[in-house]
Amino acid sequence: MSVVELRAAVALLGRFPALSGVDLTIHAGETVLLRGPNGAGKTTLLHLCAGLLRPESGGVRVLGHDLTGAADRRSVRRRVALLGHATGLYDDLTVGENLRFWARAAGLSAAEADRRTDEARSRLEVPDRLVDQPVHTLSAGQRRRTSLAALVVRRPELWLLDEPHAGLDQTGRDLVDALIGDAVAAGGTVVVSSHELDRVAALSPRTVTLAGGAVVDGPSGNGGIR
Amino acid sequence: MSVLRTVLGDIRLVAARDLRIEVRSRVVLDQVLPFAVLVLVLFGFALDADHRTLRTFAPGLFWVTVLLSALLAIGRSASLDATDGTGTSLRMSGLSPVARYLGRTVAVLVQLLVLEVVLVGGIVVLYGVSVDDWLLLVVAGVVAGVAVAAAGTLYGALASGLGARETLLPILVLPVLAPVLIGATRAFDDALGVAAVDGWAWTGLLAVAALVLTVVGASAHGALVED
Repeated sequence: MSVVELRAAVALLGRFPALSGVDLTIHAGETVLLRGPNGAGKTTLLHLCAGLLRPESGGVRVLGHDLTGAADRRSVRRRVALLGHATGLYDDLTVGENLRFWARAAGLSAAEADRRTDEARSRLEVPDRLVDQPVHTLSAGQRRRTSLAALVVRRPELWLLDEPHAGLDQTGRDLVDALIGDAVAAGGTVVVSSHELDRVAALSPRTVTLAGGAVVDGPSGNGGIR
Repeated sequence: MSVLRTVLGDIRLVAARDLRIEVRSRVVLDQVLPFAVLVLVLFGFALDADHRTLRTFAPGLFWVTVLLSALLAIGRSASLDATDGTGTSLRMSGLSPVARYLGRTVAVLVQLLVLEVVLVGGIVVLYGVSVDDWLLLVVAGVVAGVAVAAAGTLYGALASGLGARETLLPILVLPVLAPVLIGATRAFDDALGVAAVDGWAWTGLLAVAALVLTVVGASAHGALVED
């Protein structure tokens, strides 16, 4: 079953085409490495799949939804986790408050939010002493882990990770690798944009290379199977 | 029924988040409130500290001060979703735009009510006004506060989306709030006993304005923040 299906997808950033006719199919349970130089369109592709961008033309289906419709884009966003360059955390709230807020925002009950928050903190090895600490007092690596924990609480079906290892120490990077493995083992699908090719390639049997807003390797629709 | 319960729960979640951030950062307490009191004092200087003149114009000066101070509170509130990817995370969260709008409106309203209470104290102490009708004063203050919070939250999101909220917000929102300023001033004229007007009739008009602004805000907010 395909989770992501792009057919001649075009996406604009302002008036400029950031993706120009991308064909790509990603199946459930796959881990896909997106690679390419800066400005190749990796982040735009992730945002398009996340339902944050409206496709200008072409077909984009994610988790069974046609993303040309605003209502479908909203529905998809609830089922997708996007880790971008920013943390998505409120600086003046504590780590615990941030995690509980995002868990409750995902529609979880208070008790379930608390349970999943503890579970996510433990998974990302966010220490107990940080729970009551405001986010603005954390280091960049601690913020990144908290940001990942905020995605873990949602248990998404599709993970879109943009440079997930950035700003993390060796332990943090290993945790991200484990997280990707666990997500796939749980039936999820993971798309990782990264410049750390060796590290991610070890996790991903499939690589898609982008350049100038287009897939440049592999047969159309497969995006390059290594 | 369960949909309504979910939306109400989400409204509470968003309002609690914003108020918690305010309690932690104390922006309204440490910056907006002193600014508001300073404006009242400056009006006093500008009108030569003449208590009769100040009493006569106190309702108008009060509401102009509320609007100017509200711009700061609203701008601060809108900025919360414009830092470090929080706006994108909200779009990905599944929270409905209506709940996000109403939750923020409630949080802004609570801050405005605190501001109004302080400013009522300010005009009593600095301008020497006395309150003839407390009930009218409270009801008009709350209803006008709802209108200001409803319009401010919507236009705060609009200005934030246009990437120039600090400078654009006053230009966008003040013309919309001009009728609210007039209605609230007339209602306070009656409540403070400085003019023979029907304050309750003006409060009724304020209530209509508050309702319309809230409904329009809740309907339009999704288009501003979601796509």
